[in-house]
Amino acid sequence: MAVKVRRREFLAGAAGAAVTASLAFPAIAQPKPVRIGLLTVKTGPLASGGIQMEQGTIRFFKDRNSTLAGRKVELIVADTGGNPAGTKTKTQELVERDNVDMIFGPLAAFELLAITDYAAQAKMPILSLAAAEDMTQRRPNPYFVRASATSSQNMHCLADYAAKELKFKRIITIADDFAFGHEQMAGFQRVFEDAGGRIVKKLWPPLVTPDYTPYLAQISGADAVVQGFAGSNPLKFMKQYQDAGLKLPVLGGGTACDEALMKSFGDEAVGVISCSAYTGDLDTPTNKRLIDGMVKDYGNIPGLYSAGLYINGLVAEAALEKTGGKTDDREALIRALRSVSLTDTPRGPFTFDHFGNVVGTFYVRRCEKKGDKLVNTTIKTYPKVSQFWTYDEKWFLAQPVYSRDYPPLKT
Amino acid sequence: MKRLGLAAALAILATVPLWVGGTYYVNIASQILFYAIFALGVNVLAGYAGLVSLGHAGLFGIAAYAGARIMNDGHGQVVVAAGALGVTLLVSAIFAVLALRGTGLGFVMITVALGQIVWGVAYRWISITNGDNGIAIRGRPSPLGLSLTSPASFYWATLVVFLIAVGSIAVFVASPFGASVRGTRDQPRRMNALGYHVWMIRFLSFLFSGFWSGVAGLLYLYYNQFVSPQAVALTASAEALLMVIAGGTATLLGPIAGAALVVVVKNVASAYIERWNFVLGAIFVVIVVFMPEGLVPGTVRRWRRAVAVLRPRATAAG
Repeated sequence: MAVKVRRREFLAGAAGAAVTASLAFPAIAQPKPVRIGLLTVKTGPLASGGIQMEQGTIRFFKDRNSTLAGRKVELIVADTGGNPAGTKTKTQELVERDNVDMIFGPLAAFELLAITDYAAQAKMPILSLAAAEDMTQRRPNPYFVRASATSSQNMHCLADYAAKELKFKRIITIADDFAFGHEQMAGFQRVFEDAGGRIVKKLWPPLVTPDYTPYLAQISGADAVVQGFAGSNPLKFMKQYQDAGLKLPVLGGGTACDEALMKSFGDEAVGVISCSAYTGDLDTPTNKRLIDGMVKDYGNIPGLYSAGLYINGLVAEAALEKTGGKTDDREALIRALRSVSLTDTPRGPFTFDHFGNVVGTFYVRRCEKKGDKLVNTTIKTYPKVSQFWTYDEKWFLAQPVYSRDYPPLKT
Repeated sequence: MKRLGLAAALAILATVPLWVGGTYYVNIASQILFYAIFALGVNVLAGYAGLVSLGHAGLFGIAAYAGARIMNDGHGQVVVAAGALGVTLLVSAIFAVLALRGTGLGFVMITVALGQIVWGVAYRWISITNGDNGIAIRGRPSPLGLSLTSPASFYWATLVVFLIAVGSIAVFVASPFGASVRGTRDQPRRMNALGYHVWMIRFLSFLFSGFWSGVAGLLYLYYNQFVSPQAVALTASAEALLMVIAGGTATLLGPIAGAALVVVVKNVASAYIERWNFVLGAIFVVIVVFMPEGLVPGTVRRWRRAVAVLRPRATAAG
């Protein structure tokens, strides 16, 4: 059943039967609903992730019948178009015109960076998936909460696993040539090298490239390849990797072998080992509920993006329960958001550090074929992982932020 | 009559923050103004000089990037503005020398390439531009001690710059030099034969156009307090050109109307219509079909015709 979501009037979850339900049980005199703005991307190249974000959010509010901590919730969805100026305008719209109490999203790091100062001035709590490291490190925003991961948080675990369990010594990295790719691979490099491994080459194909052949030709002389592609690029890359006849094992980040891609992958993805903040095979009641709901409503299993937004919903709910449903005192609200500690979530137990970044479980999974379907099977879990891994926070923050050239390649 | 209309338009523009209803719409109005300055700048070349540029977002973006860098190095607002516009003029001159080797399609292709070079630098020269994470600035300047932090004050400041831009372009167009610019567009060989230095006329128009693009870029930076490679992308250049074409090339009001159209559809209509790209495309198609000369000249033409059709009847009835 397709759920039509009209941006203005959408009272989250008030679709279908719920409409009559809300008529039958008029809410006990509520002054006004909690308003939550969702900044997502519904047009342009980032739209597939953005639409998953919207689906995860809607799914959560349907599960809660649009009521959190006894208050009705109104969801306002805004399409940023995937560019910073659009994101800024849409954020202003949500804050100044729609008077939202908190914002979920945006999707991309550059969108988040474009609005962080404005959001801090407006004291607007932001619950985003965007992985930009410095948002919770060297350029923190006191009103920011990230329940997913920094770019490198899962890569630290993956590097540990590659060095200690898989005993790899030499690795080639390949990722999209933009900040998310750079930060992922830099994080992998630091932990892998500290565990005695060596990064032989780092390859950076452009974000939009139809053909990886020139890069695939450079892959040799290593134990494995780590890929950090995002969006639909993992599909293209893995297909061409197989077609090129390459046999080295492939490791990947959270977006590289995401559950949402499983229906589009062929056998080329079998055997890929990835590390993510979310895994479809996690046995918690909320994860089951999320998966069932997503399959029922959209015919898709959830991936990082939809699960991430569902989790944001859980965080918002827990915080509102702490404040007794009050949102007027923004300082109290952000304190409540950051002190949320949950165990039953689609990503397992987590808390937040004093920067508002998640400290939680990360999952190393192997992609396997079960019947005619591909699934990720968890092979190791890393509990209570901080964005600083096992490093000292002060030392970590004194280093430059992860980038294309930092840490430098050892020759 | 004309003076009265002008005064009324000025009064309406000056009081926007008082009646538009909400800071959000004031911000939209500011965006319309600085995009209109950008479109007016593009129009100097595309409209009056007949040189269609698809690289002007590069100049727009260079002003924004230069302004951001200079500001983050701790310089004052005068240095920021002068530096940013100086850099933009310099780059405009380089662009002009390279691009003016061709006209027509050749000019378009060279400007595309130049714009893409700027984009590439913005995206890849991370130590200078911070790559796709972009550069944020601390805040808006306060010229003459007036803070531009509030949406209304920023709007008024943008309006002042906008009026200066409109005024200067109106003077430019009406001047003998403006006539010679149009001459190089319509009859370059005859102009040459008459002793005009066609290349120099085009070069100066390019600088003038680049200057106002830079001013718009600087206002964009002050408005967003952030700049990233998306601001200099090819789509941004194309959008500016679409504003000019949709509104009416080689007119003063056309680019302004075009900018208003694009900004409103992009920001306001997109809140209600999910497929707002489609709406924008459909509007362009309608304009091209029914008013190929653009919104403003097309409306004037249709209005005149309507008046001409109605008037004899009115006299016959009387």
